[in-house]
Amino acid sequence: MPDTSKLRYAETHEWVSLSGNIATVGISDHAQKEISDVVFVELPKEGRVVKQKESAMVIESVKAAFDIYAPVSGKIIKANQALSGKPDLVNRSPYEEGWLFQIECSDPKQFQSLLSEADYNNVKHHAGH
Amino acid sequence: MSELIFERNSLNEASWLPELGEPEEKILSQVPEKFLRKKEAGLPSLSELDVVRHFTRLSQKNFCVDANFYPLGSCTMKYNPKALDSIASMDSFSQIHPYQEESGVQGALKVLYEMQTFLCGITGMDEFTLQPAAGAHGELCGLLMVGAYHRFKKRHKTKVLIPDSAHGTNPATAALCGYEVVQVKTNAKGHVDLEDLKSKLDDSIACLMMTNPNTLGLFEEDILEIAKSVHQVGGLVYYDGANMNALLGVCRPGDMGFDIVHLNLHKTFAVPHGSGGPGSGPVGVKKELIPFLPEPRILKTGDRYTFEASAPQSIGKLRSFYGNFGAIIRSYGYIKALGKEGLKAVSENAILNANYLKAKLSDFFEVPHAGHCMHEFVMSAKKQKARGVKALDIAKRLLDYGVHAPTIYFPLIVEEAMMIEPTETESKTTLDEFIQILRAIDKEITETPNIVLEAPHSTPVSRIDEVTAARQPNLRYRADSSRPATPSFPVPRPEQSANCCEPIKG
Repeated sequence: MPDTSKLRYAETHEWVSLSGNIATVGISDHAQKEISDVVFVELPKEGRVVKQKESAMVIESVKAAFDIYAPVSGKIIKANQALSGKPDLVNRSPYEEGWLFQIECSDPKQFQSLLSEADYNNVKHHAGH
Repeated sequence: MSELIFERNSLNEASWLPELGEPEEKILSQVPEKFLRKKEAGLPSLSELDVVRHFTRLSQKNFCVDANFYPLGSCTMKYNPKALDSIASMDSFSQIHPYQEESGVQGALKVLYEMQTFLCGITGMDEFTLQPAAGAHGELCGLLMVGAYHRFKKRHKTKVLIPDSAHGTNPATAALCGYEVVQVKTNAKGHVDLEDLKSKLDDSIACLMMTNPNTLGLFEEDILEIAKSVHQVGGLVYYDGANMNALLGVCRPGDMGFDIVHLNLHKTFAVPHGSGGPGSGPVGVKKELIPFLPEPRILKTGDRYTFEASAPQSIGKLRSFYGNFGAIIRSYGYIKALGKEGLKAVSENAILNANYLKAKLSDFFEVPHAGHCMHEFVMSAKKQKARGVKALDIAKRLLDYGVHAPTIYFPLIVEEAMMIEPTETESKTTLDEFIQILRAIDKEITETPNIVLEAPHSTPVSRIDEVTAARQPNLRYRADSSRPATPSFPVPRPEQSANCCEPIKG
């Protein structure tokens, strides 16, 4: 299990790690377990500008299709192309190989307003998706 | 896979076309130049016998309830008695036209009127419309009436409450009608969490949409309290009738506090709907909502039946003519033939069969919600997943044993969900065979897991790439496409290719 203690989380189960003004986004281990086996990942277009809480992409599991929301505002500069061939990386390695996309943050302060891991762990069973 | 009829040319010319009475040039000269084909039409050239064999072979590949057990239940395809087809095919029903004068179709109008009365009696509602063409269309009808009702009362309502176990059409309908969907949680017993529901109630709630029994097959015991709480904030309570097969003659949504009800005649009342219908989704309402029903409505004055369209608050016309008449006739016959006691026996047997399977299968499947179920129950393939085989694999393997796959991964709140609904018409022998088959598969998961992981082996096509099939469906045949020719002769029969397993049932 990688060290996730420095990550921040959205109530909609996305995790974010920030390096400079580049945010890397994925979904939490709890979320991948809930949606179960991922069969398709519709990646966002690189270069697209998204607002915080706006739907950025779709993950489809054996259960249903789920919107993934941008946890921070900015420009999507990179999407994890490995997922188009291996969507199950989201299940097998949610915090490392299964990352979803990177955002160049327009307002890095938004990162600080997201949930800490401890806060997320308290709310994750009640939070919606 | 078998070849398409277009790929199966056996004659040089289309021999089934009659000789032309006039020279071809003479006929073509009457057609304006712009309408003439530049290329051949690309019609297959086959004899009658070739066509009959082609379609007979295709029909034999159909997995049907007439040949096999369907644990999908009434939700998708319960057995529909054949006599009802004969009734619906009678000239007096099938040869009338919707543009005929009311005076010439009094019999048909009487059937429709009486059907409304029957459905009121079965559900405890005050009035019905038979217009909606299917369940989701019924939901649309219901939510449009919810909107019309609140507008009439000058209430500003923006939200619709829906339990997290609900059918996907409920939130889809609410969203389509412009409402914000608020999810209500399910508690550990599998019921609507009353506390959570109450915490979400305020003046903005337009309605609560729910089904009872819920999709876990459990009766919502707090339903009176639930309905009362929603009414207290001025909201309406909507009944999704998909699970009505459990309640016929037992209890009525109208007595539970529901204000609007849709029924799926094609689930509960013996209308076949494989491959998409036609279905029928009548909607019933309590007195206060009658003015908002779609029009025309069928009224009875003395001995005369008439179409009426004069209510100013009506949501208007919802469907061409008057719904799917052929479907309504079948359900009318079903209700008439069974009567009050017969309908009650339908639900009682459906409930008994489901509970028998639930008790027996809980020996080796996890059943997350204990106690009695209604007409269906949800089990989990968690124990099997721990051995490397998922609900999906088990569903596929069932096909090899001649059983249709059940609904899997729904409701979303149960891990590795497998929903089992046997319906009232299955015998104990069939249910015992089904238990035996699942036990055999469970054994295979331990001993020869690959046989399950690679299933199905005996169907015309084995495991398909469902994601590609859903996202890039290849639906259209092109004569000039470069697709590889399909080997055609001899066409393997499914039985011949079943070589890796010994099905318990032929």
